Amino acid sequence: MRSALGALFLVCALGSVATVSSAAELAAEQVLHKGNGAEPQTLDPHKAEGVPSSHILRDLYEGLTSEAPNGDIIPGGAASWTLSEDGTVYTFKLRPEARWSNGDPVTAMDYVYGLRRSADPVTASKYAQILAPIENAESVVAGERPVEDLGVTALDDFTVEIRLKAPTPYFLGLLNHSSTYPVHRATVETFGDKFSRPGNMVNNGAYVLDDWVVQSHIVLKRNPMYWGDANTTINTVYYYATEDQSSELKRYRAGELDYTYDVPVSQVGWIRDHLGDELEVSTYLGIYYFGFNVTQPPFKGNLKLRQALSMAIDRRVICEKILKLGEQPAYGFVPPGITGYESQVAGYADMTRDERFAEARRLYNEAGYSEDNPLQVEIRYNTHENHKKVSLAVAAMWRAVLGVDYTLINEEWKVFLQTRKLKQDTQVFRAGWIGDYNDPYTFLELMHSKHGINDSGYNNPEYDALLAEISVQTDMDRRAKLMEQAERMLLADQPIMPIYYYVEKGLVKPYVDGFVPNIMDHHYTKNWRILAH
Amino acid sequence: MLSFAFKRLLAAIPTLLVLITLAFFMMRLAPGGPFDLEKPVPPEVRANLDAAYGLDKPLIVQYASYLGDVLQGDLGPSFQYVDYTVNELIAQGFPVSLKLGFSAMIVAVFFGSIFGMIAAMRQNSATDYGVMTVAMTGISIPNFVVAPLLILVFAVAFGWLPAGGWNGGAWQNMVLPVIALALPQVAYVARIMRGSMIEILRSNYLRTARAKGLPMRQVILRHALKPAFLPVLSYLGPATAGIITGSVVMEQIFSIPGLGRFFVQGALNRDYTLVLGVVIFYGALIIAFNFLVDLLYSVLDPKVRAQ
Repeated sequence: MRSALGALFLVCALGSVATVSSAAELAAEQVLHKGNGAEPQTLDPHKAEGVPSSHILRDLYEGLTSEAPNGDIIPGGAASWTLSEDGTVYTFKLRPEARWSNGDPVTAMDYVYGLRRSADPVTASKYAQILAPIENAESVVAGERPVEDLGVTALDDFTVEIRLKAPTPYFLGLLNHSSTYPVHRATVETFGDKFSRPGNMVNNGAYVLDDWVVQSHIVLKRNPMYWGDANTTINTVYYYATEDQSSELKRYRAGELDYTYDVPVSQVGWIRDHLGDELEVSTYLGIYYFGFNVTQPPFKGNLKLRQALSMAIDRRVICEKILKLGEQPAYGFVPPGITGYESQVAGYADMTRDERFAEARRLYNEAGYSEDNPLQVEIRYNTHENHKKVSLAVAAMWRAVLGVDYTLINEEWKVFLQTRKLKQDTQVFRAGWIGDYNDPYTFLELMHSKHGINDSGYNNPEYDALLAEISVQTDMDRRAKLMEQAERMLLADQPIMPIYYYVEKGLVKPYVDGFVPNIMDHHYTKNWRILAH
Repeated sequence: MLSFAFKRLLAAIPTLLVLITLAFFMMRLAPGGPFDLEKPVPPEVRANLDAAYGLDKPLIVQYASYLGDVLQGDLGPSFQYVDYTVNELIAQGFPVSLKLGFSAMIVAVFFGSIFGMIAAMRQNSATDYGVMTVAMTGISIPNFVVAPLLILVFAVAFGWLPAGGWNGGAWQNMVLPVIALALPQVAYVARIMRGSMIEILRSNYLRTARAKGLPMRQVILRHALKPAFLPVLSYLGPATAGIITGSVVMEQIFSIPGLGRFFVQGALNRDYTLVLGVVIFYGALIIAFNFLVDLLYSVLDPKVRAQ
């Protein structure tokens, strides 16, 4: 994709994305029971946030693009598209056969209406910032321009034009984010805030909303109006609210769930021994890290101290002895696995353990600390069993290698977020990030001096300038090089200390066919089927 | 009787008002707000969100307008579950908690009273010690330990009952949570029943009844049971209110969509309206239950009635 920018993209309509062989015998009852984590906050695609709602919305709606089981971008509501020479104007040709669940045709105006609603300040979408690459999106979200100024136009009933601020290689991936889904205008206008309820919702995905018992389950039924319905096998999907992972595991073992959202970390050993074949662990686009508050002592202007602390921890021990699910030690900030990008690592990644520890001690001493004059540091994390274990391990390693005096502080999530943002009391704090889209920029932008999540207070004008250059770069190879340079700069400046790359983990019954792990952990029930068992 | 009931109802109003006020301001004192996310929303969006929920107005104005809405029975929209209002969420969660809690309480009273009576009648015998040991064990082992064990045995190992879920309150889904919820209550009721029964059995009028040659069965059922039950009744008021307003832990373990989970999730997410709504509802319910128990007391106890 990157090398072919400026060329014509014409992607043929995909008949079927199912990856399974048709020889296997199917179960008579095609009903899937999925654990889905926390209760979704809403099924309004433009107000939704969080992973649980996104899983359900993927079954209910279809954006202009969709994803293959392996995560590759494929045509969705649009059968094909072209991109202008300068990489800023996409023209999408819709499927004329696509229908809303009430039988109305899905038209270009529906997509335009959806994007405008998503950006409209009246909607107050918490994810509106994801539309930022679209022309005028930021000023529309800010209420400075009318929604009609958003760079989206219906050229005719089945052609949508989207104009971008600058070439955005990951843009097609954004078009299967719920913030960009079309919505059925008449339904929204009739039911207002209640349009996402069973009985009211009109949607264009492979399933329709049948029932919703808050804090219990959501039931979806196959949508006979969906253009690709002939390829759908599973008739009914139950999404259960499963906040408690131990309970989820028990329900899975009792045969009530076919798929779990997560696994309880404390029972990983047992699961490996007894359900090893059903445990699916795959790489995930996420980084777990600790931040240093570089706006306050002792980390302000003290690079050597930050380096020493980062070198003094043994990430392999944390991954193998504490997490135990195949998490990979992180020496960089952008998780590996993004096509066309080579993840960078800190200089000490190749050192042996002893070399690293020796270097850590040297830097620690040079930073002005010693056994007699140890660093006193507070490690702050949000209350959670795993964060506690990791924080304790990090602290114990610092003490063993450098003689650091530590205090562990845990805070409830909202309190923690506030303390972190204030940058007054924090010294070292726990953080993590799951990529919003499959591009390194989703991680690199976090450390921009003005970014809301840069709680380290990292402020390097050179880094900011690099990000600015990346965001307008049209040569994709050059863009990748610039991003790699930015990541190296970040790792050299060390405002953060990477710990490990997340993995996606869950249990899948052997009779569930079609599950393919992918780095975004995006799955579509229409691609699955239940085998006879 | 009527004026007593009226006075009690009147006294409930200031209690509820104090409760609402305290809950409203305490909730606002908690750091972080409903729209404070890890990745902060742009200031413009934040302003829109605040305006949409009236959070941009001075706190006292918000309080006044909230109070006005509550008086009209409107507990507002939920911040967290944006497709629903708090009234709708309570209407959905409460019947579940009510059905579960009541069932557990009925089981607890039935078995607790029987065990308590048996223990009292065979005071200091092996039966007494046996029953009371079981009762103490029931009180001491928290139900978050008992519940997973029940699930492991009856759902995972034998597959007789579901491991979780509500399924519209089907009896199969209720058995395990009801047992887990009722167990400690059985123990409490048994202990209270035993104590009061022993006291009653030693009273003069019972001795008279026995001296007159009435059969033991009649002595217990006709003369001892009612007065011995009074202390259990006063325990039942707050206990029932507590149990039907939702047991967070049980709801979590058995994946039951009751009111307790809303309360905890609401507090963690700073869903102001949901937490306040549930607090007000709980408060009103506890007041109502205490009131009900007082009324029942006067029915059962002639001494109270005479006053």
